[in-house]
Amino acid sequence: MYKLLLCWRYLRTRWIALASVISVTLGVATMIVVNAVMAGFSNEMQTRIHGILSDIVFESHSLSGFQDPQWHIDEINRAAGDQIAGMTPTVAVPAMLSFQVRGQWVTRQVMFIGIDPKTHAQVSDFGRYLQHPANREQLSFDLREGGYDTIDSQNPTETPTRPALEHAGWPHRRMRVNRERLWKERLESKNSAENSPARSVDQQVDAMLAATSPADDSSETPSDTAATDEKRTNPFQTARPKQGHVMDMAEEQFTGIVPGIGLASFRNRQGVDQFLSLPGDDVKITFPTAGTPPKAVSDNFTIVDFYESKMSEYDSNFVFVPIDALQRMRGMINPQTGIPSVNSIQIRLKPDAKLNEVRDRLREVFPSDLYAIATWKDKQGPLLSAVDMEMAVLNILLFLIIAVAGFGILAIFFMIVVEKTRDIGILKALGATSSGIAGIFLGYGLFLGLVGAGAGLILGLSITWNINQIRQAVEWCTGSRVFDPSIYYFFQIPTIVHPVTIGWIIVGAVAIAIGSSVLPAVRAARLHAVEALRHE
Amino acid sequence: MSDLEMPAQKTPMLETRQIYKQYQSGSTTLDVLRGVDFTLEQGGFLAVVGQSGSGKSTLLHVMGLLDAPDSGEVWINGQRIDNLPGREKDRLRNNSIGMVFQAYHLLPEFTALENVLAPLLIRHGIFNWFSQKRAAHEQAEALLDRFGLSDRLHHRPRQLSGGEMQRVAIARALITKPRVLLADEPTGNLDEESGAGIIEALAELNQDNGLSIVLVTHDADIASQARGIVRLAAGTVDMINPGATGSAA
Repeated sequence: MYKLLLCWRYLRTRWIALASVISVTLGVATMIVVNAVMAGFSNEMQTRIHGILSDIVFESHSLSGFQDPQWHIDEINRAAGDQIAGMTPTVAVPAMLSFQVRGQWVTRQVMFIGIDPKTHAQVSDFGRYLQHPANREQLSFDLREGGYDTIDSQNPTETPTRPALEHAGWPHRRMRVNRERLWKERLESKNSAENSPARSVDQQVDAMLAATSPADDSSETPSDTAATDEKRTNPFQTARPKQGHVMDMAEEQFTGIVPGIGLASFRNRQGVDQFLSLPGDDVKITFPTAGTPPKAVSDNFTIVDFYESKMSEYDSNFVFVPIDALQRMRGMINPQTGIPSVNSIQIRLKPDAKLNEVRDRLREVFPSDLYAIATWKDKQGPLLSAVDMEMAVLNILLFLIIAVAGFGILAIFFMIVVEKTRDIGILKALGATSSGIAGIFLGYGLFLGLVGAGAGLILGLSITWNINQIRQAVEWCTGSRVFDPSIYYFFQIPTIVHPVTIGWIIVGAVAIAIGSSVLPAVRAARLHAVEALRHE
Repeated sequence: MSDLEMPAQKTPMLETRQIYKQYQSGSTTLDVLRGVDFTLEQGGFLAVVGQSGSGKSTLLHVMGLLDAPDSGEVWINGQRIDNLPGREKDRLRNNSIGMVFQAYHLLPEFTALENVLAPLLIRHGIFNWFSQKRAAHEQAEALLDRFGLSDRLHHRPRQLSGGEMQRVAIARALITKPRVLLADEPTGNLDEESGAGIIEALAELNQDNGLSIVLVTHDADIASQARGIVRLAAGTVDMINPGATGSAA
């Protein structure tokens, strides 16, 4: 009993020992915060990666893909159907996306992905990342009559609004078409009134019109002066709804596409998205046909929605299009049989299925020289393992901080043993055993460890739970951005607190505190009673 | 209270036989005790006197099991105790031997009451303690009351005078109801009046409670209040005067 009482009294009267505990506290708090942020970051990243990649990707090495996806789906089902929740075929080809911004053509390199609107949402979180609420329910490649989210549906409270999206969809398209029509009419009347002052002006106007109204004009006739005739159409354009039909641009659209939001917008320093084009705008995409050698073909498309996974790598790279349209345009449908080809099949597993086991089973069935079969983790393996490694190294380094704190405890305990030598002698004279004396100091170490780890736990958790407010405060004080959302693509610093991790951190810290009190405790226990009593 | 058997009539309370003790200090060897034979009868009150360095304190430490003799035997109540294992010695110190020191040796973190309770705190484990706590507190308060310290229960040692501290120390020595009390110059740090009070208290304990006491002192006046005087010189017993009475001079 005296051990407990003495420990308590020493704890209450030796504030210097508590000072040594501050380093334990700081170490524990830092470890908790770092682990929570790293886990949050890793988890966020995995979610984003997984959001676009299905569980298992079954791919062909060839850009032309493999024939008859249905046969492959049946075979996959036969091999591992018990663990599969859904499958969808996709076609992915590299492509160039061009769109107009204030009369200038902007061209970007993209991955053009044909997806099945009905089944694609079953295999990935694709649907969740769209901007129109109805598209999130069921994707449609038809332009919507407005109603696009002006707030980020994935993070409604933190992100700035996107007022630009308020008029997106048909209203935006009609407005744009009408404005172009008016602009042309005005130019025409001006032309006829001034009666050709110079040839060059005509050319300028033509060029401008060709540039400002791509929807009216096919790419094959960009410099035709007849571009001013908006009734004119190109019967060879495949994306037109009906061949030979005269398109009313205000009422009709080309094949719908869903580009990543990063392709059509950029985030300024305030974290507000600036849109270069909107749903309702038309773009041109150039992509290779199937067959050898591939030939480049171009076509017009209409943006119907944006895709925002918040993985900037994906959001600035991917353009989604209906798979049948892409197959048709690329010539991937066998003209005799009508059987299409696809590049890959995305497989979604049941929640409790074993990822690697299914992959290995499929690898047994399908020859690896024809098919590449990989899990989503395989595909992002280096990135994920880099994060894991970073976490491990950080943990080792931070644990060393606590170990350093242990040496502080060791030093202070030696001091206390010297200071308390006489008291130790007294206790021995009163019949305390050596192990009892050692117990005082071990218990003292345990107390300090618990106090330090407990304070560290509270500090660490409060930092973790308020890390975004702290970030804002730091940004406010320093005036610079600590966490730039235009880089990370999320506005919050993500955190996840794993109780098991925290448990290990605390056990480790307490063990270090006890461990560093062992030497002083042994020294105290070995003190000779008479000499201790004589100690001044 | 003691776990020793009730003594037979003739068994001495405390006995040392041919105690030798050397201290090694560098190359020189200091013979502190050179064959000390010492006997304290049941209910006896002996004063051990001698000059500084004559080995009085060392003898007391040997009898109190704080120090081990190089050779010789220590018997308490008919049981040899110097060869017991460490834990048994700890238990005897806690149960059967009360010690009082010149420098009081109170624990500064404890209040007067807690200092008195310290031997019992040491004896009982945490779970045992809670069943004993009430009785122990009553006992400690009664002892402090007896020494006129009932208004000092919750004072820390540094808030007490020397005489008060020594009375707390005596109360602490008595709380275990020991068979024998070993006092090492208990008045050495006190003024005359306080010192006289302490000696009076010891004499009273000896007379009223039959407590066996060994009192080490260099003060002949104080020694004369014991029932017998043993003089140590050069590490041996020089003179024994067991006939001296404890009457006040």
